[in-house]
Amino acid sequence: MNVGLEHYLTVAGLLFALGLFGVIARRNVLVMYMCLELMLNAANLALVAFSRFTNNLQGQVFVFFIITVAAAEVAVGLALIVALYRKRGTAHVEDLTTMKL
Amino acid sequence: MPLPNILFYVFAALALLCGSLVILNRNPVNSAMFLVLTIASLAGLFVLLNAFFLAAIQILVYAGAVMVLFLFVIMLLDLKKEQRRKIKTYGLIGGLISVGAIVAIFLRALFVTKPGANLDAPTAIGDTITLGKILFTKFLLPFEIVSVLLLVAMVGVILLSKKDLK
Repeated sequence: MNVGLEHYLTVAGLLFALGLFGVIARRNVLVMYMCLELMLNAANLALVAFSRFTNNLQGQVFVFFIITVAAAEVAVGLALIVALYRKRGTAHVEDLTTMKL
Repeated sequence: MPLPNILFYVFAALALLCGSLVILNRNPVNSAMFLVLTIASLAGLFVLLNAFFLAAIQILVYAGAVMVLFLFVIMLLDLKKEQRRKIKTYGLIGGLISVGAIVAIFLRALFVTKPGANLDAPTAIGDTITLGKILFTKFLLPFEIVSVLLLVAMVGVILLSKKDLK
């Protein structure tokens, strides 16, 4: 059977589910952040697959923008995590309960 | 089976395997390393989809810049003593149920609608020349806005990483 759009979309969906599961199950802020990156990459794969199989290159331009924004987002997010760690001395979400009622 | 199909299965299996190892590893450094492998195999899938420019960008920006940033922060935070925490069972069960439901919905939608059923043969090739032409004509304004966004992110990071926030 020839590899088509459905194959790529299945891989993208499974990768997205893995990332989502990581965000829910893991409690370390950094690992949760890595799982967010995993989900972004899954979305990128789906966009590139659609772009290839519908002969429309705008999907790839979109992925280019996603990668740029993700790089900026990672820089800001990691700076926030480092600031949080300096203030609280922990990178564990269950220890961050200041806003809990 | 032709070679691109074999390569698709190899890269897809590698991406999913390394992606699950990102979650299963207790040591954040190992997680980061497996994330690099996942990103590299996704770049392989991009090459199979004829998105050569994006494959190069994926390796350069993600596997290069972003993961180096992650590793720097992991080493800065010294997370060794937090490895031995137990994972909560309720969180695990809830996560498995919700993720399983999402996967079920997604796969069912995929196999009922069959989005790739009656498409033309793919001819689009995302090399640097074609993508660059689109980027500098049709998407010129978003391109410029992204440069402003990167500047804002840079200023924000410098401000956030100052010793005393005021």
